[in-house]
Amino acid sequence: MTSVSSSSEFQHQHHFKSAEHQYASSKQGIWLFLCTEILMFGGLFVGYLIYHSLYPTVFKNGSETLDWKMGAVNTVVLLVSSFTMAAAINYVQRGLHKIAAIMLALTIACAGAFMVIKYFEYSHKFHVGTVPGKFSLVDPSCGAGGKRAECESKISALLKNPAELEKNHVSAEEVSRLKAVISQPKWEMFYGFYFVMTGLHGVHVVAGAFLIFWIFIKTLRRKVGPEYYTPVEGVGLFWHVVDLVWIYLFPLLYLVG
Amino acid sequence: MSSAHTKTEHGHADHNYLNHGSGIWSWMTTLDHKRIGLMYFATVATLFLIGGFFALGIRLHLAKFGAEPLLDPDTYNKFMTFHGAIMVFMVIIPGIPAFLGNFVLPIQLGAKDVAFPRLNLASYYIFIAGALIAASSMIFNQVDTGWTFYTPYSTAKTSNGVILLVLGAFTMGFSSILTGLNFIVTTHKLRAPGMTMDRIPLMIWALYSTSIIQILATPILAITLLLIGAEKTLGVGIFDPDLGGDPVLFQHFFWFYSHPAVYIMILPAMGVISELITAFSKKTIFGYRAIAYSSVAIAAVSFLVWGHHMFVSGQSTLAGIVFSIITMFVGVPTAIKLFNWISTMYRGTVTFEAPMLFALGFMFLFTIGGLTGVFLASTGMDVHFHDTYFVVAHFHYVMVGGTLMALMGGIYYWFPKMFGRMTSDLGGRISWVLIFTGFNVTFFPQFVLGAMGMPRRYFDYLPEYTNLNQISTVGSWLIGLGFLVGLITIIHGIFKGEKASDNPWGAKTLEWQTSSPPPHENFTTTPTVTAGPYDFR
Repeated sequence: MTSVSSSSEFQHQHHFKSAEHQYASSKQGIWLFLCTEILMFGGLFVGYLIYHSLYPTVFKNGSETLDWKMGAVNTVVLLVSSFTMAAAINYVQRGLHKIAAIMLALTIACAGAFMVIKYFEYSHKFHVGTVPGKFSLVDPSCGAGGKRAECESKISALLKNPAELEKNHVSAEEVSRLKAVISQPKWEMFYGFYFVMTGLHGVHVVAGAFLIFWIFIKTLRRKVGPEYYTPVEGVGLFWHVVDLVWIYLFPLLYLVG
Repeated sequence: MSSAHTKTEHGHADHNYLNHGSGIWSWMTTLDHKRIGLMYFATVATLFLIGGFFALGIRLHLAKFGAEPLLDPDTYNKFMTFHGAIMVFMVIIPGIPAFLGNFVLPIQLGAKDVAFPRLNLASYYIFIAGALIAASSMIFNQVDTGWTFYTPYSTAKTSNGVILLVLGAFTMGFSSILTGLNFIVTTHKLRAPGMTMDRIPLMIWALYSTSIIQILATPILAITLLLIGAEKTLGVGIFDPDLGGDPVLFQHFFWFYSHPAVYIMILPAMGVISELITAFSKKTIFGYRAIAYSSVAIAAVSFLVWGHHMFVSGQSTLAGIVFSIITMFVGVPTAIKLFNWISTMYRGTVTFEAPMLFALGFMFLFTIGGLTGVFLASTGMDVHFHDTYFVVAHFHYVMVGGTLMALMGGIYYWFPKMFGRMTSDLGGRISWVLIFTGFNVTFFPQFVLGAMGMPRRYFDYLPEYTNLNQISTVGSWLIGLGFLVGLITIIHGIFKGEKASDNPWGAKTLEWQTSSPPPHENFTTTPTVTAGPYDFR
């Protein structure tokens, strides 16, 4: 079933009446899929809201240990990427393949930049021990019997060791924040949500980057153009949703607290 | 793209979708919804046999015929888990929509294919991948949690096989979403000229409502299953009370999907029954709109009732009362359907071929299942019946007595369209008698057992329960035999059945207006619809 041979002689699939008919159907399909994506994140948001109301202090202290500057930079990066993506769709629709490809490449670069920043954020958390439950203990086998309270956490081990603090660039201010975090029982809960939510979002960013790369190739080969740009628009919509999820995650995790 | 203008000289199209391409490869890469439907059929039937094997194993063990128990407790738990997980995620949920729905929906709409044929094939392979991932847990690390994966047992205590089973279910959920999405767009966009929304067959209304549930509920299952995976690998603590999490949140999440999923299983069955009842009563269906909208109503209410699974989980009394009342609302659209079917048969020219017998069997068994559901929806009675065999009997009456009866009826009904041959009606009737009798012999005693207090999922029981358990086990052999006869009838029909005419049942919906089997593009010329779907008299 050849859907497209080249942009100038677009042939719609045999079971549609016309190219417009096919375009409208595809668009409906994409929107329905995006609904499922939002609902999937919705489950996490519901869980976050419930536990936030149960343990407000844990979430406040946890939130203060996150680097809001990095989060803010990442927000800007994603907003820029949404702009370049929208521009790319526009250029494809107008048949300006070269600049469209540049815009798509920029979008991929933004996705990469986002993940690199995320990498620095994550690795710092691994060093100081603000990690999900299982890994927050110095001896992971310690909590197996259900007596986590008696185990020593990575953070408290770190706080006793000034050399390690210096090596990992932990400022005095951060030390006091880390102390505030472990002063609360069940503090690992916040990092459970942090890593699941940002992790799942990160997976979407990577998947989105691959999809954009796919339409980048399509654009270079001129498989899309003014007559047929459904995949470009579909991937674009997906990318905007990934962006949108971050727009909610950033204030929720980094700022509200 | 080939132009599929087929010659229809002898009343039968010589060129049809079955011989449109030949060889295994042409099937594996097909974009034809009819072939994809049949591939689902083969897959689901195989999985059904595996799930059935575990069922017979469980029943044989519980009969306690020998002095030694057949299974050790650990193996018993694993049998129970795989029986449940296979039957729910791999047989009943995809059974009717992915197999019959895929085959029938585009033809009934007068479309050449579903809206996204490539996505349709992809969702088939995603389903296969999910089934393989889930099945690999049988080899590497068996699971003993039950198909519901309740925390904290699934996350803190048992083996890592849970991760595989959960990942498999997640993958199959993805397939379910893509199929639902495909059906919704197809229904919206690909109806033949004149096929307005109030002329689409009731099967389509049912599949459409099902698809809405698939799209809205499955993502919640997806995140829940991912959280189990995260809980097990990272110890994130969302369901772990030790870290401040709450196992009951898992139940909320899980049933927010899994209760609507019950309607993913039963709504398409109701669609099949609507088709069968009108075709074998030779009468316009009574209350078309009422049946159509009641499907949508069931889909809507299905999202508001999950709490009735949690009456004894410590939720507030108010929540219990609210969930109880809303749960009983489901009875209203369900009864609307049932009464309309009965009214359709009233003064109709009813004939009792095998598909109609299955339809009547559905109505009988589903009514018992539905009425016992009202018992369980009442908070006071549920405390007594909770986690007893009463619940087991109830949901088997709904899911097996409902969905599988409809599935069998649907297979016999659309078989001539699928293969251009008839099944032996006698074979169909024998399989019906065996399944119907066996089913009641198996599950009716379980209502009594449950009322007497026998708990579900247990490896062993008190001596008082022995006789009824043995009766139940004998019944399970009858069911097994019935499905075996059904399978033989179908295989015999495929190879040796007599040639079917284009419309052997004299039905009115569009799929019967094309040849049997249909050509690759369903119709040689796109049909124009001028009347409702059941224009008998």
